[in-house]
Amino acid sequence: MSAVVARDVILKLEDVSKVYSGTVAVKRANFEVRRGAVNVLVGENGAGKSTLMKIIAGVEQPTAGRILLEGEEVSFSSSGDAVNRGIGMVFQELNLFGNMTVAENIFATREITNRFRKIDRREQERRAAEFLERLQAGIRPDMLVEDLRIGQQQLVEIAKAVSLDARILIMDEPTSALSAAEVEILFKVIADLKARGVAIVYISHRLEELIRIGDYITVLRDGRITGQEQMKNVDTQWIVRQMIGSDAKDFAKADGHLPGEEIFRAEDICLPRATGGLAVDHVSLSLRAGEILGIYGLMGAGRSELFDCIMGRHGHATGAIFIAGKQVRERDTTRRIRRGLALIPEDRQREGLVSILSVASNLTLASLSRFARLFHIRGAEERQAVTGMVRELAIKVADPAQEVSSLSGGNQQKVVIGKALLTGPKVLLMDEPSRGIDVGAKADVFRTMRKLSRDGLGILFATSDLDEVMALSDRIAVMSNGKLTGMFDRAKATEAAIVAASALGHGPAGHRETTTHD
Amino acid sequence: MTDIPAKAAAPSASSGSMLLTLMKLRTFIALIAVLVFFSIAAPNFLSAANLILMAKHVALNAFLAMGMTFVIITGGIDLSVGSIVGLCGMVAGYLVLNGIDLQFGYTIYFNVVEIALITLAVGILIGAVNGLLITRLNVAPFIATLGVLYVSRGLALLSSDGRTFPNLVGKPELGTTGFGYLGAGKLLGLPVSIWILIVVALGAAYLAKYTPLGRHIFAVGGNERAARISGVRVNMVKMFVYMFSGFCAAIVGLIISSELMASHPATGESFELNAIAAAVLGGTSMSGGRGTIGGTIVGAFVIGILSDGLVMMGVSSFWQMVIKGLVIIVAVVVDQAQRRLQSRVTLMQMAKVG
Repeated sequence: MSAVVARDVILKLEDVSKVYSGTVAVKRANFEVRRGAVNVLVGENGAGKSTLMKIIAGVEQPTAGRILLEGEEVSFSSSGDAVNRGIGMVFQELNLFGNMTVAENIFATREITNRFRKIDRREQERRAAEFLERLQAGIRPDMLVEDLRIGQQQLVEIAKAVSLDARILIMDEPTSALSAAEVEILFKVIADLKARGVAIVYISHRLEELIRIGDYITVLRDGRITGQEQMKNVDTQWIVRQMIGSDAKDFAKADGHLPGEEIFRAEDICLPRATGGLAVDHVSLSLRAGEILGIYGLMGAGRSELFDCIMGRHGHATGAIFIAGKQVRERDTTRRIRRGLALIPEDRQREGLVSILSVASNLTLASLSRFARLFHIRGAEERQAVTGMVRELAIKVADPAQEVSSLSGGNQQKVVIGKALLTGPKVLLMDEPSRGIDVGAKADVFRTMRKLSRDGLGILFATSDLDEVMALSDRIAVMSNGKLTGMFDRAKATEAAIVAASALGHGPAGHRETTTHD
Repeated sequence: MTDIPAKAAAPSASSGSMLLTLMKLRTFIALIAVLVFFSIAAPNFLSAANLILMAKHVALNAFLAMGMTFVIITGGIDLSVGSIVGLCGMVAGYLVLNGIDLQFGYTIYFNVVEIALITLAVGILIGAVNGLLITRLNVAPFIATLGVLYVSRGLALLSSDGRTFPNLVGKPELGTTGFGYLGAGKLLGLPVSIWILIVVALGAAYLAKYTPLGRHIFAVGGNERAARISGVRVNMVKMFVYMFSGFCAAIVGLIISSELMASHPATGESFELNAIAAAVLGGTSMSGGRGTIGGTIVGAFVIGILSDGLVMMGVSSFWQMVIKGLVIIVAVVVDQAQRRLQSRVTLMQMAKVG
């Protein structure tokens, strides 16, 4: 990879690391950005792409390492610093003020003022209109941002970044909400910027897109850079190999036990969306004891919402659920947990853990009544259960009284799983159980899933990782746009069929066209 | 294997952890500091009579601060406690003097125990109103309890037209005597109000540490969403903390009326601020999830001793306010510094291990 010529490098990261409480997001990364080129960055979810970009854009400060801008060492204490040095960023999460107009958003913090320090609204709108014109989005500068579609908001975000006149422009998944036509316009804008010598850092999951517009490619895996090449020298196989690695996935082997009786059934689950339509659209499925049912789907397919409905987190959801043939009429989470349902949520920081409590308190939080006689928690029993679970799940913690936030991501995830298991569930719902944890912990989590299914639990797990769903599931359900669009037996499932089902009724029409033409 | 990095980190981290320990004990250190300072600076400060008198003063704030601690741990705030003190005092005074007129020529008079129970029930009921506003109608705690603050104070003033219920000795033939016992009575040499404080404080500390409800209070404050998904009945937990806060305020209302043998409708004004100050001084985090009953009691003592001691030294009450404010600000600044230090120590340890 050192074969890449080092000409025209505008920005260089040397040995940059970033540690958050809980995870090491970036490990000693070396990354070069070239001027007048599209520098592509790829990696799986949680590989550290966004963190790396936030470091460049000054949003996050590196824990260790150096940043060289045109050969000169710099440190950005804020994103304003980076903007002043000519670095702009289109964020993956939209960073717009919904209560302000498009023009006000584009010129936020750089307001155009007249002699008396009064904002010159007309001039701002005129200039904003120029940028929007180039994006051909039909957005008027005086519209309120909250009235725009998500795709249009993304274009505003792009217009804002372009208006910075940046030397380096970072785009973090800029196409995730765009239609095919809008993507084409964006690509034209990118080509235009490139011709003007702007260095573009482009992050995306869509490989065909990357190969089309990229000049250089860098691959990240688990916070490390695993490959750096010129785009013309690489193909899809190379990218995937660098992204996944040969040793990365250690899926525990199926042990060939046969699933038992039906333990769980959901009938006709519906959840209305706040903006109209259904987030979960008449989903029915059934699960047998000892079976692992993988639910595959893209972002926004309604997997998490389905789990939320099953757990009783939405009062206005309709449909019926059954455990071991008996209908669960309880509508609140507390009593559904008692009936034998348990959820491992997708976002463990926000929904899984109480980060300021200890590992022990987190583990027993959902099952305290088990250790209480009348109203007294019996400490000895609680401690016993905690140490048992720590050993069983191989949670690496010196003392369970430690705050849970001091653990690594993988161990935190194990604590969330342990908390669910201590409630003695019959059915376990796991939402992206391997998200953002390291390879070793992933293997542990997968092994645990196998073991639990052998013990007779029914496991429903949602994932957007194709390998994972293929390797772990006994059956595979596919969701798209809130609907169940496919149900495959493990033996008959093919990746192509699953991907096709996950795109049904979803996304831009043009996108489907390109896949069928291939 | 886990031992090695821990040992390697030990020498470099020891100075940091030493500082951390000092910071964690800051309320105790402050308590000892004010005790030592005033025993030198103020004559008679250490006499038994003075200590008991101060303890009686502190107890009032300590009750409110305990209720406030639970509320703040769940991430809320209760501004209404001062008004509940006033209203409950009026309820007790009214019942002692007038009983309840049944409209057809009969009037029921309650004995003192019954009056105390009714008053406590009123306090709990007002707390329940706070809780319902917050959990069912989704009113922000600050606003809900601010509203109840005004309503309760208004009701207290209405109950007597703004006048004081004087001379609550009661009549022996009606069985309403003995109201003064709470405020003036003694048991084994200690005032009754101190005994009640000890009992309630031990109960609250036990609740916080050894019951599922206590654990749930911390979980709700630490991460409400995670608590809900773990099956914690968040609304019930919140109802409880506001009701407990109302209960504590009712006790204070009873004790004050009993000490004075009179009920004044303006009693308890700005008590809520003292209670919040004591809780914060004792290490309760306003963002929720952190706090202890023990810390709060110590915090209440620091504030109480500080103001009584300054009075004994003859410091003007205007300066007293300035000093009290500074102490609270310093406490919170140290608290923040401790958080930062703590997270830095853990991050460094993690960077070493991982």
